[in-house]
Amino acid sequence: MATETLIWLIPLPPALAFFLIVLFTNKSKALSHTVAVGAAALSWLGSMVVFFRAIGMEHLGEHPFESSIGWLPTGDTWFRIGVLIDPLGAAVLFFVAWTIFMIFLYSVGYQNFGQPKGDHDRMGLPPHGATVTDEHGHKHTVPSVEPMYSRFFAFLGLFAFGMYTLVVSDNLLTMFVGWEIMGLCSYLLIGFWYGKKSARDAAIKAFMTTRIGDVFMLLGISFLYSATGTLSFRAIFTEEVLHVLATTPAFFGLSAAGAIALLLFIGTVGKSAQWPLHVWLPDAMEGPTPVSAMIHAATMVSAGVYAVIRMFPLLTADFTGHGLTTAMSVVAFIGAFTALFSATIAVAQNDIKRVLAYSTISQLGFMIAALGIGAYVAAAFHLITHAFFKALLFLGSGSVIHGMEHGVLHTGDHSVDPQDMFNMGGLRKRMPITFWTFLIGGFALSGFPVITAGFWSKDEILADAWAHHHYTVFIVLAVAAFLTAFYTMRQITLTFLGEARTKEAEHAHETPWTMTVPLMVLAFFAITYGWVGIPEHFPGLGGIVPNWFHDFVGHTLEHVPAAPEFSWIPLLTSLGVALGGLFFGWLVYRNVNSPAEDKLQIPLLKNKWYFDEAYDFLFVKPAYWFSETFVSAWMDKGVIDSILHAFGKVTGWLGSAIRNYIDTPIINEFIGDGTARVAQWFGGRLQPIQTGRIQQYMLASLGVLIIVGGILFSLLVGG
Amino acid sequence: MTFPILSVIVFTPIVAGAFILLFPAERKTEVRVTALAAATFALLLSIWVYFSYDSSAAGYQFQESYSWLPALGIGYHVGVDGMSTPLVLLTGVVMFTGVLISWGIEDRPREFFAFLFILASGVFGVFVALDLFQLFFFYEIAVFPMYLLIAIWGWIKTREYAAMKLTLYLFIGSVVSLVGALAMYWTMYQNTGILTFDMLQLEQANFSEQFQILWFPFVFLGFAVLGGIWPFHNWSPDGHVAAPTAVSMFHAGVLMKLGAFAALRVGIMLLPLGAQHWSGWLMALAGIAVVYGAFIAFMQDDMKYMIGFSSVSHMGLVMLGLSTLNTNGLTGAGVQMFSHGVMTALFFAVTGMIYDRAHTRQISELGGMAKIMPFAMVGFIIGGLVSMGMPGFSGFVAEFPIFMGVWEINPWVAIIASISIVITAAYIMRNIRDVFFRPMPENLEGHITDVNILDKVAIVTVCLLMVVIGLAPSIMVPMVQTGVENILRLLGGV
Amino acid sequence: MDFINNYLLSLILFLPTLVALVIFFLPKDEMKLIRWTALVGSLFPFALSLVLWFSFNSNVEGFQFEEKYIWYEAINSTFHLGVDGLSLTMVLLTTFLTPLAILASFGITDRVKAYMMLFLFLEMGMLGVFMSLDLLIFFVFWEIGLVPMYFLINQWGSANRDYASLKFMIYTMGGSLGLLLAVQMLGVVFGTYDLLSLYELWPNATSLANLPAWLNVTTVKTVAFWAFTIAFAVKVPLWPFHTWLPDAHTEAPTAGSMILAGVLLKLGAYGFLRLILPLYPEQAQTFAGALAFLATAAIVFGAFAAYGQTDFKRLVAYSSVNHMGFVVLGIAAAAAASGTVHATIALNGAILQMFNHGLSAAGMFFLVGVIYERTHTRDLSKFGGLFPLVPVYGGILIFTSMASLGLPGLNGFISEFLVVRGAWPILTTYTAISMLGLLFTGAYILKGVKNVLHGPMNEHWAHGEHKLTEINFREIVVMAPLMVLILWIGVWPAWILDVINKAVVYLF
Repeated sequence: MATETLIWLIPLPPALAFFLIVLFTNKSKALSHTVAVGAAALSWLGSMVVFFRAIGMEHLGEHPFESSIGWLPTGDTWFRIGVLIDPLGAAVLFFVAWTIFMIFLYSVGYQNFGQPKGDHDRMGLPPHGATVTDEHGHKHTVPSVEPMYSRFFAFLGLFAFGMYTLVVSDNLLTMFVGWEIMGLCSYLLIGFWYGKKSARDAAIKAFMTTRIGDVFMLLGISFLYSATGTLSFRAIFTEEVLHVLATTPAFFGLSAAGAIALLLFIGTVGKSAQWPLHVWLPDAMEGPTPVSAMIHAATMVSAGVYAVIRMFPLLTADFTGHGLTTAMSVVAFIGAFTALFSATIAVAQNDIKRVLAYSTISQLGFMIAALGIGAYVAAAFHLITHAFFKALLFLGSGSVIHGMEHGVLHTGDHSVDPQDMFNMGGLRKRMPITFWTFLIGGFALSGFPVITAGFWSKDEILADAWAHHHYTVFIVLAVAAFLTAFYTMRQITLTFLGEARTKEAEHAHETPWTMTVPLMVLAFFAITYGWVGIPEHFPGLGGIVPNWFHDFVGHTLEHVPAAPEFSWIPLLTSLGVALGGLFFGWLVYRNVNSPAEDKLQIPLLKNKWYFDEAYDFLFVKPAYWFSETFVSAWMDKGVIDSILHAFGKVTGWLGSAIRNYIDTPIINEFIGDGTARVAQWFGGRLQPIQTGRIQQYMLASLGVLIIVGGILFSLLVGG
Repeated sequence: MTFPILSVIVFTPIVAGAFILLFPAERKTEVRVTALAAATFALLLSIWVYFSYDSSAAGYQFQESYSWLPALGIGYHVGVDGMSTPLVLLTGVVMFTGVLISWGIEDRPREFFAFLFILASGVFGVFVALDLFQLFFFYEIAVFPMYLLIAIWGWIKTREYAAMKLTLYLFIGSVVSLVGALAMYWTMYQNTGILTFDMLQLEQANFSEQFQILWFPFVFLGFAVLGGIWPFHNWSPDGHVAAPTAVSMFHAGVLMKLGAFAALRVGIMLLPLGAQHWSGWLMALAGIAVVYGAFIAFMQDDMKYMIGFSSVSHMGLVMLGLSTLNTNGLTGAGVQMFSHGVMTALFFAVTGMIYDRAHTRQISELGGMAKIMPFAMVGFIIGGLVSMGMPGFSGFVAEFPIFMGVWEINPWVAIIASISIVITAAYIMRNIRDVFFRPMPENLEGHITDVNILDKVAIVTVCLLMVVIGLAPSIMVPMVQTGVENILRLLGGV
Repeated sequence: MDFINNYLLSLILFLPTLVALVIFFLPKDEMKLIRWTALVGSLFPFALSLVLWFSFNSNVEGFQFEEKYIWYEAINSTFHLGVDGLSLTMVLLTTFLTPLAILASFGITDRVKAYMMLFLFLEMGMLGVFMSLDLLIFFVFWEIGLVPMYFLINQWGSANRDYASLKFMIYTMGGSLGLLLAVQMLGVVFGTYDLLSLYELWPNATSLANLPAWLNVTTVKTVAFWAFTIAFAVKVPLWPFHTWLPDAHTEAPTAGSMILAGVLLKLGAYGFLRLILPLYPEQAQTFAGALAFLATAAIVFGAFAAYGQTDFKRLVAYSSVNHMGFVVLGIAAAAAASGTVHATIALNGAILQMFNHGLSAAGMFFLVGVIYERTHTRDLSKFGGLFPLVPVYGGILIFTSMASLGLPGLNGFISEFLVVRGAWPILTTYTAISMLGLLFTGAYILKGVKNVLHGPMNEHWAHGEHKLTEINFREIVVMAPLMVLILWIGVWPAWILDVINKAVVYLF
């Protein structure tokens, strides 16, 4: 099959799976997950074929796979949509396919497929477990299957569709379509257990916060479209178009290019949960864990960064090489700040998933900052490695929680929070596979030297920042990297090392293969993927394997960015922060057994710098007041309607005024002033008539005729 | 000589009326049947006239002319043109439906029908008259029985007052215009030495301008009083309220048209220069009437008062049309006379039906009629739509050209007058809602019965007319236009 | 077949009336018979308009299937029908929604006969507006549509129907008063009401024949422009003329609201496109800013007001204000920069938005009706967590809500994007502000979904005689075509947008 056709087909299976499940198979769990996982596998297969054909291609950068068709007629021309796989696209497609496939597989186990139905499980709430009696007649509770199992896979399917669409799009609009579909799915999946108030609110929070970014992105798209007349990447990222955009001024002293880039970037800020729109992501932990992984690692948040990477030529259109443009400085600042800021929060969280959530935000900050300083390849590289090891970490944490829940069900003490790290400890013995894979993920995240992927990508970012003299960014990121290593080790120590702190932790046990296999696969990439991007001049290793990633992805751009020349300082820094962070993390937490003993539970950090509260006060409450009190009650019901009612009143008032003050008194009296009296007079005389004697009437009428005739005659004769 | 159809139409009622009087008083059924037969006969004839009137030929048709008092130039001369033919039909219709509606009258039906028919003859007579004296004669014949009908069969509370007020207004009015008419007659004689009341000749008299300017107000206003022109409208609502149903129908349906028609025929057509001179004032009076009537109707609680004042407002539109003295305005006025005639007749018919059952006309005391008398409801709604000028009904067809005509003279009047449309819509809709749809007050529960078959026939007849004309204006408007052309010719090809 | 082709429009226009007359002669108590007659009868116009759709040649400029009959010689108004791509889509929408609305009202048991007849008359009125090429005929149908709607609300509505129906009727009539006067004025000046000739004459008119000399052309044109604008603004409705809508919608019977939101509001927007833009190009350009302001106000305040409601139906009603705002925003943009590609795109968006809103709003109102029928309350606080009880209904509700929220992949997004895209370069500031409305569209939609489906279940509806029953087959049949179209247009809009686009290119 032609590669282009294949690319067109990649997103379809999950979408079909969605419709199949929703419309037909939702009654049967087995059928549903078969359909879904099958679809994921198909797309995965397609993506692999495309990926390997892509890396096989000469000059893919100049001649990517692309094909397009007319979609919207606009006047005499058509707006065309299509697919595009260039080096960047191929690289992203690769990790997306893997992570998505793994997550689908993992979900089968995580949602307890094969377990009995819960005793009092209800749609919209997490399964509570089921009581079973074994052959010895012992009753004990085991995890029960998710009541909305099929629905879950349907949503996953739609979500995958969204992500694939986004990746293969050759234009901003269909990319935005995928983007928004994922937004919907994250809403649906975060609120998957909609019965929980917390989940419901988190879902809405996520949707609305990201939507803030989206509306700006929509403006950016409109701006770009009206400025260039197209939205197709290949058409926009040409010398002349970019030049025009760079030279036309827009608002706030920005060039059109910069303005558009920033508008689009705000979309990313929302989607990739960068400060100040980061608040939704931690709450999104309400969703089932594979969902968290999906949202935070593989797809949505990466999508945000991917968008900026895509728009990189636009962002840097008026970048002369020295001195960042306004747009770039904004991006760099937000990225760096977010990286540090959320790292500080992560050190004070006790929920195993929340720690990861904040670490995600922080890592994305790294990528954004990298883009801000023009480190294109480094950002892309970190995006991919991070996707692998963060997915791994989330799935690992999910596995841990799953194990802990097993313990909780065993003891039956539901007061114990299976996600609180202080309830864990010593899990390395109970859940070895989970432990080792999680360790790999954790080390990759903290950038453990040489072996882990995270090291290479993060190091490249630091190197870039140093090489181009962005020292502020360099220092901030370095500190953030140190904190990252620190809280990662804290997490590992509290969770796996030491001794079990609760009975539940003792009874936790390893999860089924459907969950552990994905862990191992992802762990594999968490290590190896780093090796495709080793800088040439790296002491020792440099040059053994070519820096394939840089060459490959770099060719996406017209001017392949030069790899930063090697320097010891960034290297030593990253070594130092990684190892130091890990060491201190272990040192501090190796015998901390309760939050009380944790020195870093500072209220400010614990409460996420009080951003939720601030936003609630600044935006949410005013919005309520404005819509309920001001617009509905005062303006519509008050002002406008009372004006309308006034019309009615005035008419009635005028009517009676005319009648009572003009018609009756004046006209009636004046015109026929006599009438009333005369009428009475005649009335008195005419009483006898009422007896109704016909002759009298006749006489009367004759009389009238005579009067008239008389008048006539007299006049005639008189004249 | 051809069959004197117009004379037959004119005299059928009065003869029938005399014939009815010969019956012994207790033979009520025979009386009614005769009445119905006569009414039907008149109706059929007027229909026949309507459809055999040749619009392409235009001018006065079915003319009959006999000299009567040659010495004084008084003759009997009848004929119809595009303006009067629809009104003849209208009279036929109202007479027919009036008889149907009044079937239930128990109090001396013999005399009632007799007078009603004298009235009808008078109306027919005026519409077909081409002789000024004859016109006055029939005019008085039409007016006088009103007094008796109201005073005897009317609403006990106000009948003497209303009857007398009405009679005085109309007599004074007619006398005023009579004076004007005689002035014409006399001046004609002085100018040409011809003594004639024949209007076709008077049309040719081309009186001097100042003469016309002097006498036009007399003639026009004298008749216009019967047309309910502001500020001489007050007799009419009071009259409506006091009059029995059939009489109100006649009164608002045809009598007021009588005034407007006579004012047109004698005032405008015989004194065109005067008309042109005074048209601005007329427009002002008419414009005031339109809005004024609507406002007052808006706050009325008595259905008959409401309709009465809405008639003032609608007749104001007729006057407005006349005052424009241009094609659109006059055409509209002609159609409006017919449309308003049937519409308001229907209104009063339904109001009567409700009153006969509920014994109150206070909107605030009524309710829930829809369930029991759906037929009346539908009729009233259609009437309402017509009166609010809803497109697709005769009201719109009529009012639209009037407004166009006014636009040509003075946009401001058009704009101000158009306010009445919305006000009318408001009070009509409110009335429909309250009387028919809101829950019935329990004191009425069980006292209300559905309307009988005759009422239904009456309702259907008029509704059909309004809808048909609304959907296919071409069946009436071209005929009216021929009449208008004639008027315009007299006005010196305005 | 020839007959059908020659009289296609009149057939589509008058078939509903014919069916109504048939129903008139059916026995009052044969409810089933009446319902089915109405439904089947209303399918004929739909079938015919499909014929129309497919035999319509979108590559030909101007109007097609024209018919011209004498109507009112005296003032030279002819019964002139014809369709172009713009009216074609609206005709299709009308004939498509009416059968669904009739099917939706199978639940009505009170005076079914009258109800169905009024509904068919209503359809006739709306179709007439979309088809007429004669200003007077346009006005005739424009007003006539009010009557059946008034009675539908007033007779089959809920608690506060008297107030709502009267407000609807009087407000709309009052709004059209200026239109009426302006129409008369045009008739007086040109002695014709034929749109095609007025398109030529009026914009280029430099003097006013037959009118008093002291009238100044430009002033008259400006005033007339506003007279038209207000009449249509009330119908659209545009802020601040919108307050009749929430009341009317809330009180109207379900099917009534479907048609009201689905088609009646489009009459206003159609008026803007069919009359104002071609007849008042200069004035429209001059006042485009004012229009844009009102449109933006409608978008923003509509969204906020919707967010502020506690009554589910009111919420959806206000969403109409918000969505129709985008239509007018597109129109304003087109007015400001007529002829540019931006204008074309904006108009494409506006017209498509009319169609889309017809689908999604009708769907939303129907769904509100479905749950209202079962719970007899529209108070959002009385629901909550119903999803487990009515999964299918929930799914459909979420789907439709998302369409109305403008989710990419569904129809709403395409049109809103095109409008924003078209308006951005022309009315940058207003477009930017309107984004606030777009944001809160999300807020109120989610509020609705949240309060009905999500959250802890309100046990009141869980069991006992209050047990909430799942959406039934008939109701699904009503929703299915809507949902299919919503998705279809969302994924592949070209089939309809192409027709619209060509029409727009020819027209403006």
